[in-house]
Amino acid sequence: MDIIIVLLSVSGLIFFFATTVGLLRFPDFYSRMHAAGKGDTLSSLIMLMALVLYNFHEFNLASLLVAAKILLIGVFIFMASPTATHAIIDAGYESDIQPWTKEPEEES
Amino acid sequence: MDSFFIGIGVVLCFLMFLALHRAVHGPTAIDRIMGVNVIGTKTTILLVIIGTIYGRVDMFVDIALAYALLNFIVTIAASRYFQHHKNLNPKGYGYRFREEDK
Repeated sequence: MDIIIVLLSVSGLIFFFATTVGLLRFPDFYSRMHAAGKGDTLSSLIMLMALVLYNFHEFNLASLLVAAKILLIGVFIFMASPTATHAIIDAGYESDIQPWTKEPEEES
Repeated sequence: MDSFFIGIGVVLCFLMFLALHRAVHGPTAIDRIMGVNVIGTKTTILLVIIGTIYGRVDMFVDIALAYALLNFIVTIAASRYFQHHKNLNPKGYGYRFREEDK
């Protein structure tokens, strides 16, 4: 069981690291939001699954309640994070932010 | 197993400091909202990890759930506030002028 917990936590950390690198290195608002939205949702779910497995190692009512609450956080993040991502992208699109292209546009 | 979770929490704090760079130096205001959203998601995970280390998960889970709700509401409200501002291009709202632009 410990091996599964360590594997899930380390893979969640790897996805969090990829999210942060994408947030820092991508050239554009839209591509940064792409990295942040998808990586955050997936790595949060993986790390919450690892914490559920660690807190559920003994079977009684209290640990069952704690595991259900952590799963509730996971369900909420699974619904709320794509909604927040869509809201931020919509705000950027409505504000006429130009997407990044490989050839820079000729000005004046 | 406790020292493993302490290491996971330290690495998460380091990644939060890296994301703070985007929240402070972001070219537009929308980029700052995005950095704050990423930091808030990491904080939700970090609160559950802190509760696991202390052995008080039943208390810290409620705090983490409230923090996730607050993070979602802040992101929705800030993005709706900046939705119809037409000055959000990189040289508009919140742009920090550099030497070569003068």
